[in-house]
This record gives sequence, structure tokens and C-alpha cells, in this order.
Amino acid sequence: MVRTTYAATVAATLAAAMRADERVVVFGEDVALGGPYLTTKGLAEAFGTARVVNTPISEAAICGAAIGAAQSGLRPVVEIMFVDFIGLALDQLVNGAAKAHFMSGGQLRVPMVLRTQGGAGQRGGAQHSQSLESWLVHVPGLKVVMPSSAREVAALLPSAIADDSPVVVVESKTLYFRHEDLPDEGVAPEPLGTARVLRQGRDVTIVATSRMVHEALEAARQLAMRGIDAEVIDPRTLVPLDLATIAASVVRTGRLVVAHEAVCHGGVGAEIAAQVQAACFYDLDAPVVRVGAPFTPVPLSPMLEDAYLPGTAEILDAVDAALD
Amino acid sequence: MAGENGALRQGGGTLDANVARHLLVTMWRIRAFEERLEPLKRSSTVHGLTHLSIGQEAVAAGVCTQLGNDEIVYSNHRAHGHALAKGVDMGRLLAELMGRADGCCRGLGGSMHVVDVAHGFFGATGVVGGNLPFAVGAAFASRLRGDSAVVVVFFGDGAAQAGIFAESVNLASLWQVPVVFVCENNGFAEFTPRSAHTRVERVSDLAAPFHVTAATVDGNDVVEVHRAFGEVLASASAGKGPFLLECLTHRRSGHYVGDPGGYRVASDDESWRDKDPIGRLVRRGATEGWFGEDAARAIEAAARDEVEAAVAFASASPFPDLTLPADLTYAR
Amino acid sequence: MAHVIPYIAAIQEAIREEMERDERVLYFGQNMATSPDDPFLKQFGPARVRVTPISETAEIGMATGAAMAGFRPVVELYMAEFLLVAADQVVNEGSRFHFMSKGAVTVPMVLVAGYGFTYGWAGQHTGSIYGMFMGVPGLRVAMPSTPADAKGLMTTAIRDDNPVLFFHHYLLALTEGEVPDGEYAVPFGVADVKRSGSDVTVVATGNTVHSALAAAETLAERGVSAEVIDPRTIAPLDVDTILGSVARTGHLVVVDQATRHASAAAVIAAEVAQKGFSSLQAPISLVTALDSSIAYAEPVESFVLPDEHKIVAAVGETLGLAPLPG
Repeated sequence: MVRTTYAATVAATLAAAMRADERVVVFGEDVALGGPYLTTKGLAEAFGTARVVNTPISEAAICGAAIGAAQSGLRPVVEIMFVDFIGLALDQLVNGAAKAHFMSGGQLRVPMVLRTQGGAGQRGGAQHSQSLESWLVHVPGLKVVMPSSAREVAALLPSAIADDSPVVVVESKTLYFRHEDLPDEGVAPEPLGTARVLRQGRDVTIVATSRMVHEALEAARQLAMRGIDAEVIDPRTLVPLDLATIAASVVRTGRLVVAHEAVCHGGVGAEIAAQVQAACFYDLDAPVVRVGAPFTPVPLSPMLEDAYLPGTAEILDAVDAALD
Repeated sequence: MAGENGALRQGGGTLDANVARHLLVTMWRIRAFEERLEPLKRSSTVHGLTHLSIGQEAVAAGVCTQLGNDEIVYSNHRAHGHALAKGVDMGRLLAELMGRADGCCRGLGGSMHVVDVAHGFFGATGVVGGNLPFAVGAAFASRLRGDSAVVVVFFGDGAAQAGIFAESVNLASLWQVPVVFVCENNGFAEFTPRSAHTRVERVSDLAAPFHVTAATVDGNDVVEVHRAFGEVLASASAGKGPFLLECLTHRRSGHYVGDPGGYRVASDDESWRDKDPIGRLVRRGATEGWFGEDAARAIEAAARDEVEAAVAFASASPFPDLTLPADLTYAR
Repeated sequence: MAHVIPYIAAIQEAIREEMERDERVLYFGQNMATSPDDPFLKQFGPARVRVTPISETAEIGMATGAAMAGFRPVVELYMAEFLLVAADQVVNEGSRFHFMSKGAVTVPMVLVAGYGFTYGWAGQHTGSIYGMFMGVPGLRVAMPSTPADAKGLMTTAIRDDNPVLFFHHYLLALTEGEVPDGEYAVPFGVADVKRSGSDVTVVATGNTVHSALAAAETLAERGVSAEVIDPRTIAPLDVDTILGSVARTGHLVVVDQATRHASAAAVIAAEVAQKGFSSLQAPISLVTALDSSIAYAEPVESFVLPDEHKIVAAVGETLGLAPLPG
């Protein structure tokens, strides 16, 4: 086994992709310096600043330049340092990247990856802590990946880079420096649109994304001590969503809890709940319960932020409600 | 005609009769096409939002006819002229505007989203300024490939007020990529006269702080546009960085077909009619001995015939298949 | 007393009346007040009414600043998709200051944008993107379906101390309807039952309310009684009225012009699936745009968008009826 971190795995996976395919280039603010979370560490040294290019603080132009480069045959991986800043590039992403293939009748391709990171818990305040993936999930033409561990980064980032559609990869700043052991032989790429069952169980299905996967596994451990057998599923990609794996589980357990760190209202949990209630209506023994953050901006104050963040306790409450 | 593009590059030299003739042909094809579009739109044969460039043909002709198929053009919402001058087939362009399966985008894009990759026409956009950074990225790609193929992006004076303009020009300058920003300063941002949306009279003035070489030319003089763009193209091809070429022109039509135009000043429109680029080239052609009046009339007639053939072609094309949305939302 | 005016005029009437009532109300935006004959410009002068360049980011940022300084700006953004150019201003600035300042400042501004015009406006001008904003804490989102609601919701929007996104549907612009004379406010977060019924609840937003009403008419001829509910604001969302209806009908169809995935329709379905679980006798059905861009060609555009026939079919399926021909 190799001891590593999520952030180091991002850098290593990018390096492997750049080695394997000279069309892969990296743009972003401070990427040639390794970035604030070291996710591009070593790339400029290894591949030169012609392919690992620092940009000004111009999110719209960064994203737009990546679209143009992708349309011209490169496979750019661009970084928007915080998902909170994606609003600055949203027109480019939605009206440019996501629609070009469709509007051109299939002529243009935009094989770009936009890497960014979200999540609270680091005392970043309301503009550096958000989870905005549900916006991206609402845009036809974009694929959305949320790796929950170094293993998933290694499995999914290569597939995102190889994809001919624009893919947004939302990483987690909370998980970046979590230690993890990966097999010596590495992790083989896995296709987008496949969920992963992390724990099998009979009594309730918990679907969780990103950091909440770990909270769900902890909740499942505690539930097991109470004799409740929870199945934990990480969808890994929100678009395309592997409904089949989730539905197959719900058919067996009859109960579903969906957990994410984004606000509950308008979050991706609502989409998963809507799909599951339609697919498994007659199998559900209880309402689908959603766990998410309260409907407020992320507070800065440590006590308030800790209270704001959903975690194991909220998942346990939700499971109790689903089993009630 | 399209096949002649690129071969007509003159590198800033003087025009010969062959090039002058091609410029007139190109402008007449655009003019005849757009004049025919107006009734087609009013009868809903062409639907959607349709933005005309009547009066601005010299810019499209002077720029695009010097570019080969491997030199990419990004356009804006007023794209028909750029597309035709870049070599997009007129029948397929009209079929696109009529939402037909033989359209260059299979009927999915329409007037605001014309794309023809085979001719290096990478597309119009409906968001003002939205394509500016795409061109920077495409030019980055051409430099990385090592071929230094120049990328051209058209924008208007309205787009210069969008933040993306400054971001894109700055990035192009920083990266020193072979992109040419061609501004069609036509006096209006959508429905707003220039005086009401900026105090900057010359968009070229905005380039200097970014260390981008810029020039302003009479955009209704196709000979001048052709000369100026030829110089810029040669420099950009030689890796001398990005350029901005501002062409002063006038949008004689409304923002879109059906625009009541209450914001326009009649006397301005009148004075610009005398500066119409086609009339000027016809007069110049006679003086220079490039072509006589009969030849010019024949060029107009041929253009109008081509438009009628395009109407027949597009009208005969079926509507696209309903499976396309599922097939083309993601690339396979 | 009431008068009959088009939907778009009702919006203008509310803005005018609020500008007359409160001199802090400002009105600016793209492609407006470019002629000296503009009625707003004539009545209120260039200090309160003005045209802006195509600079969405600056327009919204400026409105945020003016609002924090005590004014109540109404910003005309022309088309909803242009909000994406300035999404950061909408989400990170305007909606945050009240919270980040512990309530010390408020941002009473209204961002007005048209959405949903089809007829070949294609991929970048038809966007029904309001759902993206309903999940942003701090924002309110109004989307009227009638002239009366248009006036009443605009009045409330201007008076609200939070940033409000006001989405009007371009296809409704010229639709006439009765509008109350004088001051008229429709509260946020109160759904309106546009038609009462007992067999199925149809929740519809914006322009699709009219498709739902037409579908209800067709269904009535076939003996099916549909209740049609218009939430009118999706943030705040009046879930209780919908739940009350579903408790009676046991069946829910949600209609929305936006693409399906992670849409307002999905949020409504999830809310009802959770809180109305025991009332539901069948899965909730969603009638939305398909998950693709809006195509230019008319037949493909119609194929992608929801309409009356698709609603009738969805109701039939939910109720387990034999297929009803549209």
C-alpha cells in the first residue's frame, strides 16, 4: 500500500494524464506554483510552463480559454480555485462549454475538465465554503463528478480527462489532506456514471456525496452497534447519476436517506429523492429523508459553522426518521 | 467561391483585380442573402432571432477572405456575413436558419449559433462578448501545436463594455498568442446608441494599456479593411502577438429583424447610406479598372441567383430528427 | 376596481406606482430609456431612470451598492441567461451581505429578467434557469403567470428588503388580464389555486400554468377533476398549500419549463414525497423540458418542451387511466 492524500493524488493523476497525452494542459490561478492546496504540485517542473500555465484572476477568461483550446483539440484541465468563484465563469460554462456540442449539431467538442473544490468547515465564511454542485447538475451538457477520497480521484479523474464532454470535478477542501492507503499497483480508471456501494446493508440505504460519505460510514458503524444494518452508496458522479444502483438498494431496504453538505433546499438530494420516489414508489416503506445544511449562508464563527455543518449526528437522526 | 479563400491573402500589398472582384462578390453574396432573409423571417420561414449586418459587409469580406480553413474564426450574434465570407455554404446556412436537417448545425443552432468546423468557422454566440476568450484558448492551442495558425474573433463596441473583454485581451497579451480581435464598431450596442453606453469613442484606445497593438480603420472601405487586416495577419502569423483591429462601420438595420428602431437617428442613417461599402467598391473598381459597371451588376445578379438556389435547397430539406436532443447533449 | 392590461404593462405599472410612492426606488438596465420619449425617463428623470451598457456584472454590483446605501434599485437584465454572466454578483455579493453583516445592512434590489421565450430563440436565449437560484439562501425568486400576479409580485419585490429575482415569461408579455387598480401587493410564499379539483393536483410555474389550465379543461371533458396550483414564488416555496391539495387528491403532477435534472420541479417533488408520503397514492410525475439544450428547429423545440398534451398524458398515467389521446 502507498500512503498518500487526496490532494497529492490529484497532482499525481494529473501528472500521469499529462505524461500519457500531450494534449492535456493545465490552466488556472497559481497552478504553476502548485496551488494553495498543492493539487498541481510539481506539474510545472515536470511539464514546463507552456503546458502548466498560470492565469490572472480572470475566471471567465480562464474557463473561456479552456473552451476554445478544447474546441481546437487540446484537453485542458482548468482550475477554479474555489467553487464559490464559479459564478464568475458560469456564463462561459453554461452557455459556452455545455451547449457547444449540441448547438453545432455535434461538430464541436469541448473535452475539458474544470476542477474546483468546495465545502465548509475551514472557517472560510460565506464566500469560500459553499457547495454549489446543484447548479451544475441542472445544466444539460455538463457532467459532474464529486470524488469522496483519494481512491475516487484516482479512479475518476482520468475518466473525466478522457471524456469528450465538459466535466466539472468538485473536490473537497476538507478531504484534501486526509491520509489514505492506495494499492501499490495503483487504481484503474472507472467509468463516470457508476455508483459505488461502500457498505452493504439490509435495513436502510444511505446515499452520500463527498465528505458526507465518511460521515455516512461512521453513522453506519454506530447504527450497526444498535443492530441496524445500513447500506452506504457513493454515487461519485451526479451527472450521469447511477440511479440503477441506488434503486436496486432501495428495493431491498425500502428506506432511503440522502446526505450532502449543500443546503437541503434546492440541493441534489431533492433530485435523487424525486428520481427514487418515481422509480421505487411501491417499494418505499417510508419517505425519503434528506440531510443537508440549513438554508442560510455558511457562517464564519467556529461555533456557528460547526452547528451549521451536517454530519454523522444528522444522518443518524434521518435514519431514525426513516425507520420510524 | 469559398475555395478561393486564403489563397487571396495579399500580405498588405495592393489589390489586384482578381481580389477586388472576390471582395465584391463576397459583399454582394452577404447583402443579397440578408436582404432575402428579411421577408423569409417576416413570413416565419426563418424563425428565431435574426440579426442582420447590412452595411457592415466590408469587414466580413476584408477579413475572412484572407483566411484559410485552418484559421479559425469565432463570430458573434451578427454572424451571417462572417460565415458566408469564411466559406460556409449558403444553402446549408439558410437551411440552418430555417431549422432544417441539412443546416450546417442540423437545425439545432440557428442564426445565433452557426458553426461550420470544416471551414474553420467555430461559431456565433448569443451572449455579447461570450466568444472572446474562446479565441484566446484556440490561439493558445495553435501556438502549443507550433503551427501558429491565427485565430480571429469578431465583437462589437457593445461587447467592449463587458468584463470578459478586458479579461480576454489581458490574457491574450500575457500569453502572446496569435489572436486578432476584430471590432465592428457599428454605433450600437443592441438597442442603445454608443453615446449612451460608453464615453470611449474608439475601442482601439482600450488596447494600449494591455500592450496590444491596435489600429482603427474605415470599416466601410473594404480595400482599407483588406489592407489593414492583411498586415495584422502577417504579423500575428509571424508570432508577434495579439492584435486588435477596429473597423468603424454602421449597422443599417435594426438590432434584429422586427426591431422598431425608436432609438435611431434618421440623419445618421442617411449619411451612412452614402458610405455604403458596396457602392464605394463599385465606384473604386471603375476608377481602378478592376471591373466595369456591367460586371458589377452581373456579380449582384449572380449573388441573387445563388440566394434563390439556396432558398430552394433549404426549403426542400426536411426538419431534423427528434432523436437529436438525446444523441447530442453529450459527445460520444 | 380593476382594469385590463397586458402582463408586461402590469409589471411596468407596479414599478411606476412604487417609484411614485417611494423616491428611493431606482430603475436602470440595458436597452431601456434610450429615447427622450421614454415614459419613465419623462416622469422620473435621468437621476432615477437610466440605460446601462452591456455590463451585467457592474449593473448588479452597482445595484447592490446602491441598495446597501439605502436605495431600492430595480435592474432590467433583459434575458435570464445573461444573469449567468454576473452570477457571482447575484450569489456571493447581493445575497450575502445581510447575513455577513449580522443584519446591519439590507440589500433591497429587484433583478428583472425575461425567460422562456421559444419560437427559435435557441440555445442561449430561452433558458429557464430560475431553479438555479432557488437553492441560494438569501435570494427570493418570483415568477408570475398572470398580469395581476405580475403587478402584485413586483410591488412586493420592490418592498422586500432582500434581493429578489423577478422572472417574467416572454411568451406571456402581451397576454391581457384584469389587474387591480392602485396599490396591489401579492405576498411571497403564498401559492394560488388557479383551478380547484379533486382527482389530481397539478403544480405549474410561469407560462406552464396556462398549459396546465388548458390540460385541466381537456381532462374535465373526460371526467377528471384537476386542481391547478401556481406557487408564484419558488423561494420562498409554499409547500403547505401543495401538501393540503395532495392530501385530498392523492396524486401530483409537477409542470415546469426548465430542464428536469435538479430543477424546481424536482425540489417540489422531493418535498411532497417526504412530507406527503402517506397521502400519495402514486408516484409524483414530472412534466418538464427534456435534459438537453433548447433546439432551434421548431419540431425539435416542441419535442423538448412541456405542453398541454404532455400534461394530460402524465395525469392519465398517474391516475392509471387508459391512455388519453392528447
